[in-house]
Amino acid sequence: MIVLEKRPQPSKAWSYATPLVAVLATMVFGGLLFAILGKNPVEAIGTIFWEPLFGEFAFYYRPQLLVKGAPLVLIAIGLSLGFRAGIWNIGAEGQYIMGAIFGAGAGLAFYPLDAFYIFPIMVIAGAFGGWLWAMIPAFLKVRFGTNEILVSLMLVYVAEQMLASVSLGLLKNPEGFGFPGSRNLQSYDSAHNAELIAGSGMHWGVVTALIAVIFSYVLLNRHMLGFHIRLTGEAPRAAKFAGVNPARLILFCLGLSGALAGLAGMFEVSGPSGVVSIDFNVGYGFTAIIVAFLGRLHPVGILLAGGLMALTYIGGEIAQSQLGLPAAAIQVFQGMLLFFLLAFDLLTNYRIRAARSEVA
Amino acid sequence: MKFTTLLASAAMALGLASGAMADEKTKVGFVYVGPVGDGGWTYEHNKGRLAVEEEFGDKVETVFVESVPEGPDAERVMTQMALEGADLIFTTSFGYMDPTINVAKKFPNVKFEHATGYKTAENVSVYSARFYEGRAVQGHIAGKMTKSNIIGYIGSYPIPEVIRGINSAYLHAKAVNPDVEFKIIWAYTWFDPAKEADAATVLIEQGADVILQHTDSTAPQAAAQEAGNVVTFGQASDMSEYAPFPRVSSIIDDWAPYYIARTKAVMDGTWESANTWDGIREGMVAIGEISDAVPADVKEEALALKAAMAAGEYHPFTGPIKKQDGSDWLADGETADDGTLAGMNFYVEGLEGEIPQ
Amino acid sequence: MDLGEINPVLLVASLMVAATPLLLAAIGELVVEKAGVLNLGVEGMMIVGAISGFAISVETGSPWLGFIAAAIGGAVLSLLFVVLTQVALANQVASGLALTLFGLGFSALMGQSYVGVKPPSMGDIHIPVISDIPVIGPILFQHDPILYVGIALTAAVWATLKYTRVGLILRAVGENHDAAHALGYKVIKIRVMAILFGGACAGLGGAYISLIRVPQWTEGMTAGVGWIALALVVFASWKPWRALLGAYLFGGITVLQLNLQAAGVAIPVEYLAMSPYIITILVLVILSADKSSAPASLGRTFHASH
Repeated sequence: MIVLEKRPQPSKAWSYATPLVAVLATMVFGGLLFAILGKNPVEAIGTIFWEPLFGEFAFYYRPQLLVKGAPLVLIAIGLSLGFRAGIWNIGAEGQYIMGAIFGAGAGLAFYPLDAFYIFPIMVIAGAFGGWLWAMIPAFLKVRFGTNEILVSLMLVYVAEQMLASVSLGLLKNPEGFGFPGSRNLQSYDSAHNAELIAGSGMHWGVVTALIAVIFSYVLLNRHMLGFHIRLTGEAPRAAKFAGVNPARLILFCLGLSGALAGLAGMFEVSGPSGVVSIDFNVGYGFTAIIVAFLGRLHPVGILLAGGLMALTYIGGEIAQSQLGLPAAAIQVFQGMLLFFLLAFDLLTNYRIRAARSEVA
Repeated sequence: MKFTTLLASAAMALGLASGAMADEKTKVGFVYVGPVGDGGWTYEHNKGRLAVEEEFGDKVETVFVESVPEGPDAERVMTQMALEGADLIFTTSFGYMDPTINVAKKFPNVKFEHATGYKTAENVSVYSARFYEGRAVQGHIAGKMTKSNIIGYIGSYPIPEVIRGINSAYLHAKAVNPDVEFKIIWAYTWFDPAKEADAATVLIEQGADVILQHTDSTAPQAAAQEAGNVVTFGQASDMSEYAPFPRVSSIIDDWAPYYIARTKAVMDGTWESANTWDGIREGMVAIGEISDAVPADVKEEALALKAAMAAGEYHPFTGPIKKQDGSDWLADGETADDGTLAGMNFYVEGLEGEIPQ
Repeated sequence: MDLGEINPVLLVASLMVAATPLLLAAIGELVVEKAGVLNLGVEGMMIVGAISGFAISVETGSPWLGFIAAAIGGAVLSLLFVVLTQVALANQVASGLALTLFGLGFSALMGQSYVGVKPPSMGDIHIPVISDIPVIGPILFQHDPILYVGIALTAAVWATLKYTRVGLILRAVGENHDAAHALGYKVIKIRVMAILFGGACAGLGGAYISLIRVPQWTEGMTAGVGWIALALVVFASWKPWRALLGAYLFGGITVLQLNLQAAGVAIPVEYLAMSPYIITILVLVILSADKSSAPASLGRTFHASH
């Protein structure tokens, strides 16, 4: 019989090797799936992983990886801090929406004024919107002990209705012939989160995501608060003795993750997206949860995981149009990738051995 | 991205790199907002795509990407299609409007066709269907068929497209049945079959015996079938599996003629930017077979109404029509201009309730 | 506006239908969580159940076989979760999310040839005399059989958890898996059974949508019900009857807001549309005074180290 033996320390070697093994396994099984669907598996896998990075049009796709990955990383970094402390904010999607509404609302309030301070105000408004939305579950948890998973999730649906409401009412483009959706912020210079270098994909959201990664790394490794976060998650009782104030930790973690999600929404609506519309949100808040775990709640891991997710999205689209793979097959492929990454993680923390006869 | 780099170099070693193949084929791209299996909006656009393939065979290559979110993802997918040599790209959702314009600026030689929008450019056409013409026929049949004089209407979001349909159906129901009353439910979602089922049930419980829907699932059909004496109409696709009753007719989006014509124009080099709003006459809006559950005389009137619109003799919004607040909109004999219709955000006189803002 | 048009009897009857998919999925997840496992893949298992049930009932013409297939389909998908969390000891939150992603894609692939097909109808139970009693008849005795299965399942889960040895062991595993292991209970085996049960229930819930409530197959048709079901378990403080209450409350508010709209009540529609979620939060705040908390081992990985 085979048994698992917990390693005293997670294996360094395996923690680097498992993603590689997982990607390879996904290629094998994904290839099998594509073959069943009647596509050339080598070609399909090649398209997904190769084209966006080194294909003929990589000059266009590489910047797009930043655009697609940045919101994922930004949100996931915020979530990871809470997850480490056992605080489950799964409503980042709602905070993302509120950040976009607040940010865009603040910018449009000035329309058509041209001033340098409008964009900074929008940034603050966006962060505030997300923070405010996350403070609802935080406050209810601290004050009444209400479960934050449920409240933050319910608030996603509330935020979606708000989004529909402002798209059809408050923020509707007065020159839009009655159609839903706001003015396009891309054509309002003072509020536009433009690319910092044209064609590079680098916009303020990407910069902020990178700053967030560094900030989170420093916080977790060099700062007392980071230590408290880790301690609370790993040994709640010890945290109590160490004098951690749980209420403050809850407010901090939920507030920060909300603010970062809000920022992501704000940068998205003022940059790549441009308009507040009924279907503005595309699930970044939920995908970011996956990214956070794929990155093992580690800042650098999240950065890589965000990039990998973005790659499969973009590569998947290319495979759809070039090879006629259905979108659903790409979804299954992504699901497989997650499965294997999670499953092979076992090797990092456990040793597989043949059992000796002296079973306890 | 360690492993992907590694992977990439491995693939390079194997010589897997492939470039886009250039040949004589006309390449047509389609960007879909939903899955091709949604049985409604995207399903019908995809049927149009298949018709293009059927028509031109080897001379054309079509590509599509489904479930593309509106916004930057759409922009990327369009750019990708353009980069890979598409000559013509259909973008089939209102929310693709600004992305289409953005991408079109970067690729002046690629032609773009945006559905249901209003922004055009040198290489961007817009096209839409006059569904409200179909709604007029529906309204007529509904007004004749209702016994309770209550007609239920399920809308998605209060956008001009849906409001136009409600107004058109109401005017024509009212014309044949002055006592008719509309009950309107806004689902506030594009797609949630269970909610549509609930909405239909609620309308039936509140006395509606005709259900009109501006949502794409067959859920209301099934609810009506269960109730037994409620009339429905197919929406977006024919929904003939519920014929002859409760589904007595339907409005179908038929994009195939337009897609074929525009592809042909690109092949011939005669493509020009246009603003197309086609209806029954051009075949973009089709009325599904009116079943025998409809009395013969009503069927005849409905077909006559359809024929009048097809011949261009009748406009569903012909005055005198007042707005809900009692103010005048159209004088006697005056017909609505397309601009007002496109952005319609008011109810006509007689409809109750307010449009959510 | 005319509130008189809202018929309370029919309202109650239709809220029961609206609540059933939620209830089925929530009861399954409740058992899973009682065993100390958090499976966020409910949405994925529901949609796979929806297509499995749909496909089989179309192919065989029997809705009953369809529901059995749906339960099996949901359970098979949950096996993936079993492998990840119980064998490979992966994080449960991430595994559940992966399950949902996978399930949504997989169901769409399975369902490609079932778009626009009409499934066979199950029909409502109609017992002469009893079903015709005013008020009580339409509310209690005129539904489809699966709705009663949902209620029966709630009762069975409640009784099992409360009165049987199996229930006791299940709870022990969920509260403290190390202690349960020390007592000689097979922690992993019990959790696997619970997860499979949860998958089967979610599958039934999904099939209820595709076979009875809508009935139709379209991609992604569960449209988030699985997430609400997850919320409902927390809402119910892991108590079966409270899950029933919660499902009816949620279904009730949803149906009521549609009723108010149809009756022309002058409350802005968007507020009506968000009301089920806001009211759920409010009720939850009130209920959080109740300190009967989550199973202590919920979401934690168990590994027998000796």
